[in-house]
Amino acid sequence: MRKSVFLGLAAAVMFGTSASADTLETVIKNDHVKCGVSTGLAGFSAADEKGDWQGIDVDVCRAVAAATLGDASKVKYTPLTAKERFTALQSGEIDILSRNTTWTLTRDASLGLNFAGVNYYDGQGFMVSDKLGVKSALELDGAAVCIQAGTTTELNLADYFKANNMEYKAVTYDTSDQTIKGFEAGRCDMLTSDQSQLYSLRIKLAKPDEAVVLPEVISKEPLGPVVRQGDDKWFNIVKWSLFAMVNAEEMGVTKANAKEMKDSKDPAIQRLMGGQGEKLGLSDDWSYNIVSQVGNYGESFEANVGSGSPLKIGRGLNALWSKGGLQYAPPIR
Amino acid sequence: MYVTDKILPAQPAPSDTKGPVVWLKENLFSSPLNILMTLFAVYLIYLLVPPAIQWAFIDADWFAATRDGCSREGACWAYIANRFGQTIYGFYPEAEQWRVNTAFLMLIVLCIPLFINSFPKKMWLGGFILIIFPFIAFFLIHGGSFGLVEVSTDKWGGLMLTLIISIIGITLALPLGIILALGRRSHMPIVKSVSVLFIEFWRGVPLITVLFMSSVMLPLFMPEGSDFDKLARAMIGIILFQSAYVAEVVRGGLQAIPKGQYEAAVAMGLTYWKSMFLVILPQALKLVIPGLVNTFIALFKDTTLVLIIGLFDLLGVVQNVLGADSKWLGFETEGYVYAAFVFWLFCFGMSRYSMALERKLHTGHKR
Repeated sequence: MRKSVFLGLAAAVMFGTSASADTLETVIKNDHVKCGVSTGLAGFSAADEKGDWQGIDVDVCRAVAAATLGDASKVKYTPLTAKERFTALQSGEIDILSRNTTWTLTRDASLGLNFAGVNYYDGQGFMVSDKLGVKSALELDGAAVCIQAGTTTELNLADYFKANNMEYKAVTYDTSDQTIKGFEAGRCDMLTSDQSQLYSLRIKLAKPDEAVVLPEVISKEPLGPVVRQGDDKWFNIVKWSLFAMVNAEEMGVTKANAKEMKDSKDPAIQRLMGGQGEKLGLSDDWSYNIVSQVGNYGESFEANVGSGSPLKIGRGLNALWSKGGLQYAPPIR
Repeated sequence: MYVTDKILPAQPAPSDTKGPVVWLKENLFSSPLNILMTLFAVYLIYLLVPPAIQWAFIDADWFAATRDGCSREGACWAYIANRFGQTIYGFYPEAEQWRVNTAFLMLIVLCIPLFINSFPKKMWLGGFILIIFPFIAFFLIHGGSFGLVEVSTDKWGGLMLTLIISIIGITLALPLGIILALGRRSHMPIVKSVSVLFIEFWRGVPLITVLFMSSVMLPLFMPEGSDFDKLARAMIGIILFQSAYVAEVVRGGLQAIPKGQYEAAVAMGLTYWKSMFLVILPQALKLVIPGLVNTFIALFKDTTLVLIIGLFDLLGVVQNVLGADSKWLGFETEGYVYAAFVFWLFCFGMSRYSMALERKLHTGHKR
């Protein structure tokens, strides 16, 4: 009896906190956006020499800060482990969770959270040594595969090989660092992990050029920012901050030319650069601030994980829809 | 009969009982089995040590501006050197780091007199260090008043955070543990059962669970927006956890004191607290120094667990900050070797200090 009262109380407290107050108001009052990032993942969120956070996930937070406060640097980062991330958001410790989090039905529907979009389409891929001369994973029947134990990658791999009637020998390791050491030592022919990770693992090899990431992607891992359910205004702001970055890329507005583009004659660009903020409860230059301070989606991608970074991840699925990718943003009008 | 009134001068020992050759013979080659083991050990050393030295020193790169500057034949210490500051201070702003240095320097300077036997008024100095100094240190490091810029705890990290957590953990867990140990041996039923419950509860859960509770569960029960500091939450968990262990170590010491000591103290008319603090505890604590230091070394190493709740202690910085720098991927080994070396330095120092302390307090009870 007493136990149930306690549980009821706990539940009441939990739901009481998750149905939150006006996040935008809190953000303006604090004068910073509280952003949950990963404790350290190359290209996505990592602290640089000066202790400033950098990465594609970090740029989402910076964009929201630019949109709401007019200054992309007004972000307070909270590094979170995978286990803590949702509680931190539910309890109001952070305003946005931008921490390479996969959008799934369970998370979206049962945690009291909303996914505000996808800032990186990830998926499980394969890496092989170029000595094998393999062009596709389908040629790898009977291969030994280095894999991190206890992850969904392990299950996806089993499904994929079974579906294609192929055999494989799993060589399991505890951490991703060990998998790459195993791969380097020749314990396996192939290494499998999420593609974004494959690229950063590849750099860890003594000779990165001798390993190739195969084109096959065998699972869907859309990663995106998450907000609390129940505050639609804030949900919209985060969603449209991301859309503004994608739209800016589509229209060719960059960090460098944002100022000139403000005087553009193109009505679509004009709408992007001002005039629509009121509907979101923001100032009119919200998207101008995003583009001029953070840059467009393509710039953020290239600088953090793409050609401008050591990771050299190709755009692939993350190219604009007009260029064969999946990044597509509704129009700003 | 031959009688001499002179004492014969001491003769050197016979050559077959002294000297390095004899030592070798006796200790390393005394039996076939020992010969075999010695040869095996020498072979192992030959197998392991030269490559390790080759890797860590001879082939190592100490300075390099970028990742390509490291040859990868040996260790790349430039990887550590370039971000050495972060492994020590975490994200603490560079311009303010003098405050951390001052605080730790103050602590060291204040502690030196405690090691000098003839220094008067040690009690007062000790009291100052334990009661007043923490506030000074907090204001220095955290700031936010007296014209110092506030540096919130989420910027703390590196070795500094490791030391802060372990020093606070040790100094607060010890008194709490002593009280709990006394409580457990008390004849008052409530005091006793509360102490037993407390100790058994905290000893029964792993530290990792305590930390998860403090960072994942606790925030859910607090009113929203009440931003209870993550570090403070972890600290409280660590102190409570550690005090249970200290309590059991101290209880061991209390039980080793003969009953006559308790009776003698009572017979002298001492109150409970006086008899404890003047007669029993000084003897009991002295007995359990190895056990206490053991616990403290364990705590020092356990502080690395805070990285699972997203606090960046020394290991956390090495693993998550240095290890996630896309410009310097692939040097984890160097990072871990560096962290291990720093931890070893501190733990070794602690164990040496405890041995010195035992010798100093040695009053003839040792067998």
